[in-house]
Amino acid sequence: MAERNFLATTETEVMRDESALIERIRGGEKALFYELIRPYERNVYLSAYSVLHNQADAEEVVQETLLKAFTHLDQLRANGKFKAWLMLIAVNEARMRRRKDRQHLYESLEEHAMETEEGEFMPRQFADWREIPSDIAERKEIRAAVQSALENLPEKYREVFVLRDMQHLSVAETAAVLGLTASAVKTQLHRARLQMREQLTPMFGKSWIEKLPFWKGKNPW
Amino acid sequence: MVKCDRVLQELSNYIDEDVDPVLRGEIEEHLRGCHRCSVLVDSTRKMLYVVGDERVLEIPIGYSERLHSVLSERLGIRDHDSC
Repeated sequence: MAERNFLATTETEVMRDESALIERIRGGEKALFYELIRPYERNVYLSAYSVLHNQADAEEVVQETLLKAFTHLDQLRANGKFKAWLMLIAVNEARMRRRKDRQHLYESLEEHAMETEEGEFMPRQFADWREIPSDIAERKEIRAAVQSALENLPEKYREVFVLRDMQHLSVAETAAVLGLTASAVKTQLHRARLQMREQLTPMFGKSWIEKLPFWKGKNPW
Repeated sequence: MVKCDRVLQELSNYIDEDVDPVLRGEIEEHLRGCHRCSVLVDSTRKMLYVVGDERVLEIPIGYSERLHSVLSERLGIRDHDSC
């Protein structure tokens, strides 16, 4: 309980600092925008990537997202919702990009594409993730397994799963970003989790997972 | 007491602590006696722990620098922290 109170306090402080930053940017200190977005650059990228599965496209969408966020910062009504607002812009931008490119993708990648059980288009290949020098082989193995599992998820499940379980947005925030009801988010999340579990469970016997802190009686939940 | 199919149906809500206390108690009672369901809950939690680790998906090298460079150019505002 003490830890939860601490986290809640920290979150409140972050929101307060963020609100102050936003006010200063609106007041003319434009360079502070970089400070405002820095904690969320990763989130915005992953949101775009969850829709597009392509590194270059996701990076372009991030750029457009942040340019829009800067231009429309005055329209952000609740300063404390900056992160969810950014995700919303990113997902919308990525979906627009996907719509625009889809026809082209159908034509050029036909032999590399597959239909999901729900008839949605899904490219077979994920763009490569570039390694950073300090990466260890085990992390590489985890990453490959997670990416492969994500690739096999139907699009609508993947978006919910990435936002909720990988970016830790609340159900309400995920619903707002994706334009869904909270109930739909929960339903899709449930199915996504079952599918991800099914795909990743075979990895749980591997050596890397035995080193995770929860393995020997120290569960994080 | 709830049965396996109800546990499966409520798995996600149970993990998110989004079930009422009565149902939660019934699920926990079921889990104590059902190895299959307890493995299901346990492995789902472990999966969530693994995917929730931010290191599991890296952003591309140079992403932040490229982003700030484009923003600086298009917004005409310099990022004082990037040198």
